[in-house]
Amino acid sequence: MTTEPQDIRSIRTRRSFVQNAKRLLKTAPISAWFGMIVIAFYLFIAIFAPVLAPFSESDAIGKAYEQPSLAHWFGTDQIGRDVLSRVMYGARNTIGIALLTVMISFAIGGVLGVYAAVTRGWLDQILSRLVDVLMSIPVLIFSLMLLAMFGKELYNLILILAVLDSTRVYRLARNTALSVAVQDFVEAARLRGEKLPWIVLREIVPNILPPLIAEFGLRFCFVFLTISALSFLGVGIQPPTADWGSMVAESKTLITYGRIQPLIPAASIALLTVAVNFVVDWFLQKTSGLRDEK
Amino acid sequence: MKSKSSDARVKGSQLIEIRGLKIEGYSDDRWHPIIKGIDLDLKRGEVLGLIGESGAGKSTLGLAAMGYTKPGCRISAGTISFDGKDLVNASSQELREMWGSKISYVAQSASASFNPAHKLMDQVVESATNHGVMDRAKAESDAVDLFGRLQLPNPQTIGSRYPHQVSGGQLQRAMTAMAMSCRPDLIVFDEPTTALDVTTQVEVLAAMRRIVEEFNTAAIYITHDLAVVAQMAHRIMVLRHGNLVEEANTRSMLKAPTQDYTKSLWAVRSLQKPESSSTDIILDINAVHASYGNKIKVLDDVSVKVPRGSTVAVVGESGSGKSTLARAITGLLPPSAGHISFNGTKLSNRLQDRDRDMLRRIQMIYQSADTALNPRQTVRDIIGRPIEFYGMNKGRKTDNRVAELLDAIELDESFIDRYPGELSGGQKQRISIARALAAEPDLIICDEVTSALDQIVQEEILRLLMKLQKDTNVTYLFITHDIATVRAISDEIVVMHKGKVVQQGLKSKVLNPPHPAYTELLLSSVPQMDPDWLSNLLQSRAQ
Repeated sequence: MTTEPQDIRSIRTRRSFVQNAKRLLKTAPISAWFGMIVIAFYLFIAIFAPVLAPFSESDAIGKAYEQPSLAHWFGTDQIGRDVLSRVMYGARNTIGIALLTVMISFAIGGVLGVYAAVTRGWLDQILSRLVDVLMSIPVLIFSLMLLAMFGKELYNLILILAVLDSTRVYRLARNTALSVAVQDFVEAARLRGEKLPWIVLREIVPNILPPLIAEFGLRFCFVFLTISALSFLGVGIQPPTADWGSMVAESKTLITYGRIQPLIPAASIALLTVAVNFVVDWFLQKTSGLRDEK
Repeated sequence: MKSKSSDARVKGSQLIEIRGLKIEGYSDDRWHPIIKGIDLDLKRGEVLGLIGESGAGKSTLGLAAMGYTKPGCRISAGTISFDGKDLVNASSQELREMWGSKISYVAQSASASFNPAHKLMDQVVESATNHGVMDRAKAESDAVDLFGRLQLPNPQTIGSRYPHQVSGGQLQRAMTAMAMSCRPDLIVFDEPTTALDVTTQVEVLAAMRRIVEEFNTAAIYITHDLAVVAQMAHRIMVLRHGNLVEEANTRSMLKAPTQDYTKSLWAVRSLQKPESSSTDIILDINAVHASYGNKIKVLDDVSVKVPRGSTVAVVGESGSGKSTLARAITGLLPPSAGHISFNGTKLSNRLQDRDRDMLRRIQMIYQSADTALNPRQTVRDIIGRPIEFYGMNKGRKTDNRVAELLDAIELDESFIDRYPGELSGGQKQRISIARALAAEPDLIICDEVTSALDQIVQEEILRLLMKLQKDTNVTYLFITHDIATVRAISDEIVVMHKGKVVQQGLKSKVLNPPHPAYTELLLSSVPQMDPDWLSNLLQSRAQ
């Protein structure tokens, strides 16, 4: 039983989308603001890297391992490329590839998950058991193995990570869709004679979007970290393409000489991950109806 | 009777005194008043009934008497004194010592309140041993004594069962035993029988009333069911929107309510419809058998005839197969034997094999409008979809038709852009009705459509359904467990029990004796507005 008086519910007025967004932003905590600003900043850099970067990502323009200076703010790397420029291009490459991977993984996992939940039956069983098998193998080790088998090309990297990651998306999409699919309004649509596309797109998907959007953020972090880890190990994004993971790997010995070069790409990775998590936390709290007590 | 009363427990001395209590709840970034200044007195050994619609604040007030507020609520003014002790300013440590030992609580859903991983006995004696009232062995023998007093079967051994191994009514009584284990001064019953079937409810009510009387315990009984509170309470408080409407002794309140609102609550059960009979059969269910999987048989040789333009009520307890019957008719659960004819033609068993026009002719309204309406669709989408789907109208004309339907269900046009979350429970159920009407069906299956609603709203919905039947000559198959509803609106009644039809016929025939034994049990278990009803019933059953 509810303790909310009826009269309050009925006087609540409708708000437009923009009003809602404004209202939502007004109540956003500092952590969410921090996250949104950082993400906006990264996206800006990633999109305009060719305009903003002082040098190109692959040209050697100075001596190896120069100290930071006015010409090269973050110094140069082992063959004399400008680290600042490479960090900027790295944002473009790493974020772009991670985004593409997550989109593919959502396309695979989301579609199959919702379809399995709605139809149930043998297809659901086969897919779910297959996903269980894939999920039982650690992602990093499994992807190392697959990359060794299929080659280190970029499209292999993207596809392998997308498929491995789609298992988790499948799980979430299937479970949330399943809880919606058993509700009476879905049964009512079935009784009306609606076909599968309507039931999926109009009845179920709008109700499972919030958790899926939040998951998109979290999966992005995960894929982004995995790509960086693979690049660090030398099987991810291949040189001369600038990428934060490989940049840490290339300059890692400098840490023993007290130089900051390896820390810059590493900090870039950490900052973006934290920022996305902040925003997702806030979004989840808003959409799941969880509220701080008092 | 075992005498437990010491000097401190003299019957009639003041136990609770609440003055000017105000409670607020937090939502939408604001504090909203829930209780708006209420006084409450309770003496030892007295049972106070709190009644009102949902949202009236009766649970909040009941919990406040224990010194507890739900998360997100706060006491903004007033005093609560329990046995001379101030509960508003008591520390959580002090409160925790009182809860379970001096004050206990019986919740609506016993199955949600018991831990499924522990045996009943472990949970029943827990508060007594934790509070150090008695040691484990003594607590266990005391619990067996309580089980016996509550008339649970096999009181010696039932404690070694797990919660899922006993029935809902037994679990509710075990929970009462748990609440009594420390012999508290006060028990708060929060809708303890709402989730039970009528035949079970009688036993639970009788057990609760007896044990509260035996131990001279004060009780607050929260419910929305007037007939139930009439059996339990010495005094009744009627609440509405957080205000006290009326307070009086049970007998005088039932006999002569003074406030209009109370009178309207009383009047709900007066709805009547003259029965009519017809030989034009629209739906003919012929010897249908159905089961889930291959094992559990839920429909056993069920035959029902539904005359056109009438209301046929299917009554029975949970598990009687009445909802399964609806699933068989709609094609969601194809019958394993037998067949169903509609308008003289045989219906395909499976939903997938029926054509669109056949689907249009049979519509369904669900019990819970919360889950029956897609929260992400506006009223326009919800009602407009069947109109367009069945090809009756398109575009702007659909909007006009939706407006017409809104008018028919007594809501104005401004509702067209609303989402279900912006509607009250009764309004949502009206939208469900409009969605069914939009298809212009011949038959509407109503599955417990009023049982989730408050009594006043229930009456409005029933009136609406009757009006619509008059206007459109639609046939209703009305599935319910509520005899009062059946009495009000049906032409014919089908009584179901354990998947079989026990009795079937015109309302006047089924409701009047002679009955088959099960119908008799079902009808006599429906609480009446007479405070002596329960005592008389128990007496007559004992004979």
